[in-house]
Amino acid sequence: MSQPAGVREETMIINMGPQHPSTHGVLRMVLELDGEYVVSCRPVLGYLHTGIEKNTEYRNWQQGVTFVTRADYLSPFFNELGYCLAVERLLGIEAPPRAGVIRVMVNELNRIASHLVWLATTGLELGAISIMLYGFRERESILRIFEMVTGLRMNHAYIRVGGLSMDLPEGAEDLIREFLKVMPGRIHEYEGLLTGNPIWRQRTVGVGITSTEDLLALGVTGPVLRASGLPRDLRKDEPYCGYENFDFDVPTRNESDCFARYQVRVEEMRQSLRIVEQCLDRLEPGPVMIEDPKLRWPARLSVGPDGIGNSPEYVKHIMEESMEALINHFKVVTSGIRVPAGEVYQAVESPRGELGYYVVSNGGTRPYRVHIRAPSFVNLQSVPKMIEGRLVADVVAIVASLDPVMGDADR
Amino acid sequence: MPVERLPGVQTGRSAAEAEEEARRGLLLTTVGKALAWARKNSMWPATFGLACCAIEMMASGAADHDLSRWGMEIFRASPRQADLMIVAGRVSQKMGPVLRTIYDQMPEPKWVISMGVCASSGGMFNNYGLIQGVDTIVPVDIYVPGCPPRPEMLMYGILRLHAKVQREARIK
Amino acid sequence: MKPSELAVRLRARFPETLEARGEVMVVVSRTELHPALSYLRDESDLDLGFLADVTATDWPGLEPRFWIAYELVSFAQGHRVRLKVGLPGDDPRVPSVVAAFPSANWLEREVFDFFGIIFEGHPDLRRIEMPEDWVGHPLRKDEPLAGVNTQYKGAFIPPPDQRGV
Repeated sequence: MSQPAGVREETMIINMGPQHPSTHGVLRMVLELDGEYVVSCRPVLGYLHTGIEKNTEYRNWQQGVTFVTRADYLSPFFNELGYCLAVERLLGIEAPPRAGVIRVMVNELNRIASHLVWLATTGLELGAISIMLYGFRERESILRIFEMVTGLRMNHAYIRVGGLSMDLPEGAEDLIREFLKVMPGRIHEYEGLLTGNPIWRQRTVGVGITSTEDLLALGVTGPVLRASGLPRDLRKDEPYCGYENFDFDVPTRNESDCFARYQVRVEEMRQSLRIVEQCLDRLEPGPVMIEDPKLRWPARLSVGPDGIGNSPEYVKHIMEESMEALINHFKVVTSGIRVPAGEVYQAVESPRGELGYYVVSNGGTRPYRVHIRAPSFVNLQSVPKMIEGRLVADVVAIVASLDPVMGDADR
Repeated sequence: MPVERLPGVQTGRSAAEAEEEARRGLLLTTVGKALAWARKNSMWPATFGLACCAIEMMASGAADHDLSRWGMEIFRASPRQADLMIVAGRVSQKMGPVLRTIYDQMPEPKWVISMGVCASSGGMFNNYGLIQGVDTIVPVDIYVPGCPPRPEMLMYGILRLHAKVQREARIK
Repeated sequence: MKPSELAVRLRARFPETLEARGEVMVVVSRTELHPALSYLRDESDLDLGFLADVTATDWPGLEPRFWIAYELVSFAQGHRVRLKVGLPGDDPRVPSVVAAFPSANWLEREVFDFFGIIFEGHPDLRRIEMPEDWVGHPLRKDEPLAGVNTQYKGAFIPPPDQRGV
């Protein structure tokens, strides 16, 4: 741009965040602007660093689940599943089949809930405010299911080492089936509101185009990579927890812009509904926790007249019938289980990408090292590449399309 | 869930007297109480959602549990236009100074709700990374425990804050 | 390739190859790190071109003290290999792999932040999670968990990592 003589040209440095309504959490970006164009961008992390990895080294193996579940707080079941699968691999055990099916089911429901929050907050940030209310309305239905099954709306600690903390209560299957009937119509509503909407299209089509090679070099996985054409999904490529037995598609697009990422996520919601339906059909009665008394979580929870608690038969067993069972219960709960020495890396496909757990044990009752390979952390590295040279208004759209969760990125 | 009537919340006169006044078409009160009534009925929260509690705060602002019943659905992005700061989530060492800056930028009168155990006391994360309770940095009016607290719990905390504001009716 | 075949294939080139629990692990020294990464990436049947994770573990009292793990994935071949490099406690330096794998940029910064391991050749080695002026490297085993010392009814309750359980 040519300027009249005497006018200084310099770039402006603007700080976006960490307290900002549109940065998807406490992400701080230092933008250098030349007019409306972004010359360079430096994301600054660490505003939500919680020290989860260090904390797990001071607790038992089972208590690790409650820490790890709060890392990526929008998809807590994925955190729990990755951690528990890693520890189960170290132990050399496998959860019972019914536990495996229920794990897949709650994970896929969580994927839908996470994508709904993404849709709601992205819509809010780009100005489509009504989608915020619709997204949270559906999420409330899913949270009601979670509350019925696990007792909590978020951060459940339901998936435990060796299985699940308790079985599905009565009425849960009906509630889930009702949800499955209603949800496809709602997804259709969202598409009707956004897909053909010219404002939405103008803000997202052609924005943030990045080639597959660049994304792979930067370590990006998840819907962002699938929107660039590569059908990489850990559920299909490296199946875990019985995913190889389920029938679902992996949606991909080729344009690799924000609109393609939106389409991939909406389609993933539909595929998740398919998987949940198959899970419900496949549920066979059986135990949900392994039998080995040295390793299993000793509580046998059930829903009684006064709420959830140890089942009366189990209380009778440990208090009146078997001293050994009482001692075992006590030891497992206070000292914890012993996990053989070794290390393992377990990856699951979270709504944001490859969520990996690198777990090291030195043979004791506490984890020696738990490292979370956070997809949001690695995906955010690609933000400078996607943003530089674009307009300031696109910054929000691009960061939102990556779906970063700062709890995951900062841990 | 009924909200109990805290003493001094209402105008402090008996039902018969109030009815007499209403018939006359007059309402007598003090400036402080009138201001308090206005302030509590249109408290605008500042967006300070950090982690999991932020999602529950958004859920309490959304359709199922609606905060706009109390005039609070607009979360102001700029702290200069807000009078309530709901610290929702865990405050890390890096975020502490930012929290204090935002608090200082809010105009008087202002209130702080510490939502969730991480904001109230550090929660389960008793480690180097978090500030063990935001009341070490900002003065807190209401603590709402929970991990995360249900939207109904947050709403109860907000209603207690409203009662507190009305009780403490002050001119400034 | 299946893990057992992969282990056999790699053992020819890297004598310290371990296989356990369906995973293959290769141990190299820090001087061999770059040639090893190039080999693993350029061989057409290995094709390990995606770096998923860089992390470290601290084993105080043992030599080498720090073990860095590089998690490599091959999308086309569908297998994974973990490359491990051991570093002495008094000289934790290792060449950076950012030039070959840009995804290692922030991952190496995080390992530096938490363990104090210097990555030589990294374009921007600064703290990423802790504040810029933080002293110490929190995830080392000799750093405390640090919590609040509480007094309760006259008794002193130390933070959880010092309670002796």
